[in-house]
Amino acid sequence: MEIRSMHFKARASAAAVDRALQAKLTTAKALFVEGRRRAVADIDLEATREASKGIRDAGIADLDLWLERFEAEATRRGGRVLWARDGAEICRLVIDIARRHGVKKAIKSKSMLSEEAGLNAALEAAGVQPVETDLGEYILQINGNETPSHIIAPAIHKTREEVAALFERVHRRPRKREIGEMTREAREVLRAHFLSADMGISGGNFLVAETGSVALVTNEGNGRMVTTLPRVHVVITGVEKVIPTLEDLATLMRILPRSATGQTISNYFSLLTGVRRPGDTDGPEHLYFILVDNGRVDLLGGGFQDMLRCIRCAACMNHCPVYQTVGGHAYGWVYPGPMGAVLTPLFVGIENAIDLPHAATLCNQCGAVCPVKIPLPDLMRKLREAQVERGLRPRRERLALAAWSWLARHPALYGLAARIGARYLKWQAGGGERIRVMGMAPAWTAGRDFPAPEGRTFREQYAAGRRA
Amino acid sequence: MAIQDSRADILGRIRRRLGRTAENAAAGRTALNAVLARRAQGPRPAVEGDLVARFCARAEALASTAEEVASMDEAPAAVVRYLAAHDLPRQAVAWPQLAGLDWAAAGLRTEGRPANGDDLVGITGVFCAVAETGSLVVLSGAGTPAANSLLPETHVALVPAARIVRGMEEAFDLVRAECGEPPRAVNFISGPSRTGDIEQTLVLGAHGPYRVHIVVVRQP
Repeated sequence: MEIRSMHFKARASAAAVDRALQAKLTTAKALFVEGRRRAVADIDLEATREASKGIRDAGIADLDLWLERFEAEATRRGGRVLWARDGAEICRLVIDIARRHGVKKAIKSKSMLSEEAGLNAALEAAGVQPVETDLGEYILQINGNETPSHIIAPAIHKTREEVAALFERVHRRPRKREIGEMTREAREVLRAHFLSADMGISGGNFLVAETGSVALVTNEGNGRMVTTLPRVHVVITGVEKVIPTLEDLATLMRILPRSATGQTISNYFSLLTGVRRPGDTDGPEHLYFILVDNGRVDLLGGGFQDMLRCIRCAACMNHCPVYQTVGGHAYGWVYPGPMGAVLTPLFVGIENAIDLPHAATLCNQCGAVCPVKIPLPDLMRKLREAQVERGLRPRRERLALAAWSWLARHPALYGLAARIGARYLKWQAGGGERIRVMGMAPAWTAGRDFPAPEGRTFREQYAAGRRA
Repeated sequence: MAIQDSRADILGRIRRRLGRTAENAAAGRTALNAVLARRAQGPRPAVEGDLVARFCARAEALASTAEEVASMDEAPAAVVRYLAAHDLPRQAVAWPQLAGLDWAAAGLRTEGRPANGDDLVGITGVFCAVAETGSLVVLSGAGTPAANSLLPETHVALVPAARIVRGMEEAFDLVRAECGEPPRAVNFISGPSRTGDIEQTLVLGAHGPYRVHIVVVRQP
């Protein structure tokens, strides 16, 4: 997917004044935040988060060994395990598989990695028709391959009127008013694709090393269709998704749906192991796993390894005041919200996503709800440090900080500068309590007031107090 | 570089970053086997009281409907009553495994085969069911086609009370104990198919069934 993360500020500014988008984000916030709060009430949340963190850390600490075990178990049951270093290799592998099996049409269950790779465009160029089957992803696909704005509710930015108009134009059927009618129409259109596709492509929520299985969670049932009906199934997942046992899967399945949509369990949860068995009347004859690096391996053993625990539940963005204000498109790549603010710079290059680690108030709502306890604000802070170390911050900011740090090491001069500054700001306020436009930094007050100081610094007042 | 080199490249870089050596790999594999043998469980919520009551309450909370009958012989009549009450066709596609029940006597035409896209009512049994979450567990297999719980608009499931287990852990234990190898698909079904993708408004009947009815059978 094209990277547009350098334009965060412009896109965020436009989103913040988009009233329709604001209304949708407000509804979604209430739904997801309240839903999660209710759903976690019947489990020991802290113990389950700690256990989930432990499971993910165990998989990552011996990642090579668990992957070897997964590969052996999956292969033993008829799966074929392939490896891809980047998006281009994912596309090449999937197209090879499609050619080998004479595939004309591929139905897809939601896969964020296929977004990373730009797989749909590659498939089309190779003469294979990709059909997104998650309702949200389908809406975006038929709207000129629009990009998702949320990892579990990809079309969260669309109104029912927009969807109704889109369906009328693309399906050439009378316009529907009710969301239920639109969903039924999409069901009818997609059912024909389900029954005629030669290949299913899915992501994977977890890979289970014990049995060489992939675990897949959906609500619509499209995940089951994609992995049951076509004769070829391709699973595309990150190498970090491997967990040891089915017991670990049971634990993670208590925390994933609760954190994501506020459900105690997702509607459909499938553990898929190997190919169709003798006598089976359904299921794929060919099963491929594509295990993907695309920047993940570089996080091992470094300061950002914690990020590899992420189970893509979206709780961080659902609870983030910045995401709630600007929506997902502003972040400019596949992953929005706090997890995206960390992953995007790490995957596409720190210099290509300068603003994202700053798109946070560091309020730690994200860290507090993360089901695998990723310290997201700390990681954003580390990325900010990395920007400074690599000289990527703007010249004016660097000069200002250098001046401040020099002053801070010279207390007498610092005191003098502070006295001048306090008086200057009091003069700027013109006797009021707020400064509406700050002369030296007008951009700072473009969207907010600045509180006016009373004219004397803390050190002056402290010294006066001691004399009295 | 050839595609085949990707495996060596990716695993090689993982090993370097984890500081893998021949010695600690051997120790690591021993530790792995210990983890797989121990199968340690995580913290689990309390599931108290009657498992059947808990299962039905949870299933209903997820928009399924549930009723109980005394024995398997009473199941066909219960299914017909449900279909009649909802003005649904008295014709269904059932798991071949359920062909032994006297559907015709209850007034239901059934075919024991995998469902296709046109079948409106699908009848299945279950491998087991999970009280904690109100989930049906169905396995793929010759007599238990996966499509029957997925393609039809109405899914009716017959659930022997004795097969209702506490949690997902017990369901996996049953799979290990009774199947040895996991089947191709272990599907946990928790209510009718649903979506919230348009304006986050919940709609039942996305791609799978619009309604799920559960008939709990007290005596097998």
